Amino acid sequence: MERIPILKVGQSLLVSIQVDMHDRLAMALQDDLSQMLVTTRAKGVLIDISALTLVDSFIGRMLSNIAGTARVLDALTVVVGMRPQVAMTLVELGLTLPGIKTALDVDRGLAIISRSREDSADGGERGTR
Amino acid sequence: MRQEVRARAIQLGFSIVDQTKFVTAASEIARNTLDHGQGGTVLMQFVERDGEQGLRLTFEDHGPGIANIEDALKDGFTTTGGFGLGLPGAKRLSDDFFIESRPALGTKVIIVRWK
Repeated sequence: MERIPILKVGQSLLVSIQVDMHDRLAMALQDDLSQMLVTTRAKGVLIDISALTLVDSFIGRMLSNIAGTARVLDALTVVVGMRPQVAMTLVELGLTLPGIKTALDVDRGLAIISRSREDSADGGERGTR
Repeated sequence: MRQEVRARAIQLGFSIVDQTKFVTAASEIARNTLDHGQGGTVLMQFVERDGEQGLRLTFEDHGPGIANIEDALKDGFTTTGGFGLGLPGAKRLSDDFFIESRPALGTKVIIVRWK
């Protein structure tokens, strides 16, 4: 079974969803991401869905699971490249994906992740003063 | 199946948003048919009403059926730890929605989108 490749970009992991995902592939991706989050101590997960013309509740659940695991491992999840027709459909479907940030592209996604690390670093310093 | 639904939607001239909504609805019902209904069939038909053209999909399975349809149609109701949005979501994403289910006999869901 093929597995979705995960790239390390700076302090983040980048995953590009290009294909129709079946259950096993989705599970494998979640497992692989969890493993890599631990071994690389990445601070962010970028999920590129720009190739997806459709996001249904199955994909939504996968994204939500990934974000949940990432959060526990102190990493932020950003979904990038959501097509407008997909966004509109998700709203009507009722899929809100709480706890997941979105960005137009990978650059902006990386910026969101590094900004969030700066914020928490500042917050830490303020806390100790 | 999704590609076939999309191809027919494109044939009817649906906008990309309408295509996406309807194919997503189909995806939700198909997933239910597989996960809950233990597999089934889908029939795709071009339909017409009052000069309007539409696409009708009929999903049928001979699985365990739905115990309580009213519950199943509520957002958030799930028997498998999912989001519980599949059925009510597909209904919202379609123009016409019909569901019939008999415990131990199976389930039939029909969704239609008009141009």
